Amino acid sequence: MTSLFNEFDLWGPLDPAADAGYGEDKPKRKGFFTDTSICIGCKACEVACKEWNDVPADHFDMTATSYDNSHSLNSNQWRHVAFIEQPRQRQPTVDLGMPTRRPAEDDILGGMLADGAEEAAQDGVPDFRWLMSSDVCKHCTHAACLDVCPTGSLFRSEFGTVVVQDDICNGCGYCVPACPYGVIERRRGPEGAKNVGIAQKCTLCYDRLGAGQQPACSQACPTQSIQFGDVEELRERAEQRVARLHEAGVMDARLYGNDPHDGVGGTGAFFLLLDEPEVYGFPPDPVVTTRDLPRMFRRAGAAAGALLAGAALAFVGRSR
Amino acid sequence: MIQGSNMAEAHPVGFQWVMEAKARGAKVYHVDPRFTRTSALADKHVPIRVGTDIAFLGGIINHVLSNDLDFREYVVAYTNAATIVSEDYVDTEDLDGLFSGFDPESRTYDPQSWQYESENGHGAAQADSAADQEHQRETASGMQNESHGMQVGAHPRRDETLQHPRCVFQILKRHYARYTPEMVARTCGVSEEDFLEVAQAWAENSRRDRTTALVYSVGWTQHSVGVQYIRTGAILQLLLGNMGRPGGGIMALRGHASIQGSTDIPTLFNLLPGYLPMPSAGVHDTLDGWIDAVRLPGAKGFWGNARSYGVNLLKAYWGEQATPENDFCFDYMPRLTGDHGTYRTVMDMIDGKVKGYFLLGQNPAVGSAHGRAQRLGMANLDWVVVRDLFEIESATFWKDSPEVETGEIVPEQCRTEVFLMPAASHVEKEGTFTQTQRMLQWREKALEAPGDCRSELWFFYHLGRMVRERYADSTLDRDRPLLDLAWDYPVHGERDEPDAEAVLREINGYEVETGRPLSSFNEMKDDGSTLGGCWIYTGVFKDGVNQAARRKPGSEQSEVAPEWGWAWPANRRMLYNRASADPEGRPWSENKAYLWWDPEAGEAGQWVGKDVPDFELTKSPDYVPPEGSDGVVGIAGNDPFIMQGDGKGALYVPQGLVDGPMPTHYEPVESPFRNPMYGQQGNPVRKEYDRPDNPMNPTPPQLHGEVYPYVFTTSRLTEHHTAGGMSRYVARLAELQPEMFIEVSPTLAEQRGLENGGWATIITARSAIEARVLVTERLVPLRVDGREVHQVWLPYHWGQGGIVTGDSANDLFGISLDPNVLIQESKVGTCDVIAGRRPTGPALRSLVMDHQHRAGVDLDPGSPIVTTGPASEVSQHRDPVERWGPDDDSSDGKTP
Amino acid sequence: MAKSFLSWPVVRQFTGADRLGRGAAARSAATEEIEARTETADRVARSVCPYCAVGCGQKVFVKDEQVVQIEGDPDSPVSRGRLCPKGSASKNLVTSSLRQTAVKYRAPYATEWTELDLDTAMDMIADRVVKARNDTWQDLDDQGRKVRRTLGIASLGGATLDNEENYLIKKLFTAMGALQIENQARI
Repeated sequence: MTSLFNEFDLWGPLDPAADAGYGEDKPKRKGFFTDTSICIGCKACEVACKEWNDVPADHFDMTATSYDNSHSLNSNQWRHVAFIEQPRQRQPTVDLGMPTRRPAEDDILGGMLADGAEEAAQDGVPDFRWLMSSDVCKHCTHAACLDVCPTGSLFRSEFGTVVVQDDICNGCGYCVPACPYGVIERRRGPEGAKNVGIAQKCTLCYDRLGAGQQPACSQACPTQSIQFGDVEELRERAEQRVARLHEAGVMDARLYGNDPHDGVGGTGAFFLLLDEPEVYGFPPDPVVTTRDLPRMFRRAGAAAGALLAGAALAFVGRSR
Repeated sequence: MIQGSNMAEAHPVGFQWVMEAKARGAKVYHVDPRFTRTSALADKHVPIRVGTDIAFLGGIINHVLSNDLDFREYVVAYTNAATIVSEDYVDTEDLDGLFSGFDPESRTYDPQSWQYESENGHGAAQADSAADQEHQRETASGMQNESHGMQVGAHPRRDETLQHPRCVFQILKRHYARYTPEMVARTCGVSEEDFLEVAQAWAENSRRDRTTALVYSVGWTQHSVGVQYIRTGAILQLLLGNMGRPGGGIMALRGHASIQGSTDIPTLFNLLPGYLPMPSAGVHDTLDGWIDAVRLPGAKGFWGNARSYGVNLLKAYWGEQATPENDFCFDYMPRLTGDHGTYRTVMDMIDGKVKGYFLLGQNPAVGSAHGRAQRLGMANLDWVVVRDLFEIESATFWKDSPEVETGEIVPEQCRTEVFLMPAASHVEKEGTFTQTQRMLQWREKALEAPGDCRSELWFFYHLGRMVRERYADSTLDRDRPLLDLAWDYPVHGERDEPDAEAVLREINGYEVETGRPLSSFNEMKDDGSTLGGCWIYTGVFKDGVNQAARRKPGSEQSEVAPEWGWAWPANRRMLYNRASADPEGRPWSENKAYLWWDPEAGEAGQWVGKDVPDFELTKSPDYVPPEGSDGVVGIAGNDPFIMQGDGKGALYVPQGLVDGPMPTHYEPVESPFRNPMYGQQGNPVRKEYDRPDNPMNPTPPQLHGEVYPYVFTTSRLTEHHTAGGMSRYVARLAELQPEMFIEVSPTLAEQRGLENGGWATIITARSAIEARVLVTERLVPLRVDGREVHQVWLPYHWGQGGIVTGDSANDLFGISLDPNVLIQESKVGTCDVIAGRRPTGPALRSLVMDHQHRAGVDLDPGSPIVTTGPASEVSQHRDPVERWGPDDDSSDGKTP
Repeated sequence: MAKSFLSWPVVRQFTGADRLGRGAAARSAATEEIEARTETADRVARSVCPYCAVGCGQKVFVKDEQVVQIEGDPDSPVSRGRLCPKGSASKNLVTSSLRQTAVKYRAPYATEWTELDLDTAMDMIADRVVKARNDTWQDLDDQGRKVRRTLGIASLGGATLDNEENYLIKKLFTAMGALQIENQARI
């Protein structure tokens, strides 16, 4: 069975749709470039996503964590906007060879501090930041969720995206721990909602893409913080944006997920961040959980078995 | 410049243009009491004490004038800077915060001394009297100025060198000389450096080659000096040459889908469509008197045709019954006798004077200041009709309001009948909204409304029909206006829905004989041969086409997008755009070209450019009006401000504002500070309802302000809409911000033992509410006048109804109003904040009363209003005067 | 049975280019039939967002007399197809199960709502308007000036309504002599 795998099947750069058997006439790989430097934290993406995909509203409690009341990405939250209030004493994250800003003596008075303000201007670090970032399924080039899915419910679409097929998923949950980002999850409720019990996550609006439209979230995004398009083109655009921000003195700007040589072969949804990934709740160095071949091999065997069993069951079920 | 607005949160999609400008190199400054989502995206946020924006902007005016940073050529040619003011005028500098002409008894100004000196050297003849000002305050006449402009004579005396000591330019300079960076810092709690950074950026990015745009919202309007806040912005933008030019201007971001439309075609007590005044008893007793009050014979500009506008409205109302012989039924109009605004009306409800109340997509139980008064008022009516999508708090006050909890409203004893009438939503009816840039957009109907849901058009058309049927046999004179009303709109469908387009045609106006829609208000006749319901909307049916329904894609037209919807007046997208060209008609600069005079165009030259000229098309820049002319003819070829009585932008307003010709810093009605600038504490002519059920927290010079030591302000969240009627009942929005909360700084949290995620109780003289605590560095204590002040922030979206519930922030406010427009001061008040949840039941009132008692509010619920001069109420006040602040060095220039 | 077997993913996997069965070979029958509901709508109405005053363009998709989607109108030069969370929740707003679709009536001193049919409610309201107007009518004020009005009927609202609606509201109330007609623009 080893001959089944080529070098970059499970990690490294790859055109995932071509790898998944789509022919020459397939569309270019689609994805998101989320530029968090222009996110206004309005949550239009969360709402537009839920409206289009009929994702239930299920949490009506205040978290008292800045303006984040949707907790995290989960089966009922395919877009999630993080809010990070950064304190005044923050140190610059990039050393520019400038004198380090000393903590202002009377910092609590904020606007009263001429020295602090001047220094902040010097080292390019504003004295207080409110970072906002809309997170989503990364649509990895090498998607562990898909690789471990025993039923073939998770599949690679012709757009290079990773999509759950609700009619196939049996809720086994293998995909849940496989995701290095903690994105996919089985829907637990609320009662009466559709697809309870099965894995749910962003489909990059597979149905809209098929109609030549863009996903609901990026269409709604007021400031185009969420940009949809051909991944190749988005990656170029993102590089240019980072360069522009660096020119403007925003040295914190960096990309996350755009590198095809990273642990997941680059993501279809990648980000421009203004701080370390951990600050936003991203794993700093995600690795596709199926990267390690021998381990993967064992999993593949198990998966194949489960696939056969599951498919046979589905087959039997259908003919009944 | 974004100030008094949280644009990214309250107008997120509009904010895309700010972000686009920023991407192209624009700098964005945000001046706001707290760090908001707008601040997060701005280049610079400057935290400011709530209620001190005039001091801040006045400081910038001072900076501009002291350093000769104004756009002098623009200022001389296009503003009233050169105009000479009467020698009787005395400034606030010399009267400790009052202007000349103040009558402490009535708390009104006689503006005679504020007038321009006329050509013959005397004060203008048209000055209002103090009685007029009293009337103007009572009738919110400042609102007419939405399109009226300044009502002054056409030919005042001028000194184009700006050297005359009594020219507006010099008066302005002296008036703001006190607003130094030190004074701004001391008053506003900002650093001098931050202030200067904003002042310099604003000035540097203006004048010939560049322009700066100013954005404000209700963070400016909802103050007892609200109109003057906006005036300060206008003065600054005029001085810097930012008005009528691309990339400049003042954007008032309005908060409701058609709140602009409901001002233009007003459901407001003091206005008729097109900013014509509702007639007042004893003031507008005849058609001629009413017209002349609008037209002001002798003034320049388009109000010269006021007779046409007025007659066309009357003709639209009373149709064939309106004839020249009966003054077009002018006599049918009901007459004002002062203040009939919404807050006065609520007091009248409490006093049992009002029988019935219609609430049309509005939820005053949550959305209006002093919620308790609103609900007690409604509980004392015969009937209320609530038309809404949901079962809002204003429909359920009789069964689950806070007053039911406290025992103040007992359902079994409350006689108010309530009709909750389900309303059609925006997709279930057709019609136009007017958005914040005066643009009308027609909505197509997507589907029929469910069940008994009906449009307002349906409801009022049929209500009118049924009421008229009930009076059909009446012979009483008083019923003639109803019976003679033109009320025969075509209906269609099984539900007899009136034809909205037919109504829009009437609003646009048409020739009575032929039914031909008018294309411009210039086609309106004053002889009854045309009719039109709102002159400024004439043209929306130009050429018989519903122009508001135009939807040529934005990508297929210029950035001005003139073929999407229709903007009043005459589809102009930028008002006063004549000012985008210099006096000779050339663009001020290549970079900022928008409209210019092309001598080759047309027969003898025309205005051409990117927009519909806001000027007569063929009036050349060198046109000089004939001696003594007024009206449209009186507008010179270089007078861009065509709705102003002198054609000039107003740096100084001799008439039309009841609280002074220039903005002056006054403290909010409730403030922890004595006014650092003048002995006069607050706006001396503000509108107050001094009643025990509208108590005010003590404010200096009163004692016991320490009982309510904190400043609070309220505003919106992106995730909710106003009083929550369209968001708390919508699951997708309710889950995004599920609970009422209060934002406090870490320092205040520590001081008061507040825990993040825990509960706090907020107390004022009106009420006490509870909220979850959000401790955030987005709020910082400020140093003001030598003392530290803590500001807290509350969203105002919650009530007891909907999917997510909570207390209403508006319960905390009392009612004090801006005297020009009668809008309440609901952006600032003082309060106490304590840890833990509020008591329930009657104990809630006890908590409020305890605080009142400690503060002496129970004995004296009002505030002293006049705090300087011989009539100062301070000396008559039961408490001795106490100077707040570290010492008395703030009393410079104050009368002892 | 045989046909079904041939469409079995594993069979497709080994007979096609998708060796690992992760893409083309894994597509289910339902996936093949997926179609955006914007494509299958019966009609689309061009509308405007009902929340703030920016005036964003909306497209309202209707299928079987139900709103199935509301999204931004890319043609709008104001909004370019974008919507904020409120605008994006417009379908939820108009289709909310909490919407009132029948008249509710609370009689004096009642502790509960009762239902009324629309015609009855309209008759009752018209009667009350006439009575309140008659009972509070003023020809002259206390200074003997002609005022021709009632101060017994007030109204608040209009900023979320259409211009045509506000026009009729003001016209009718003015003819009725009712003056205390206000809306959010005062607030």
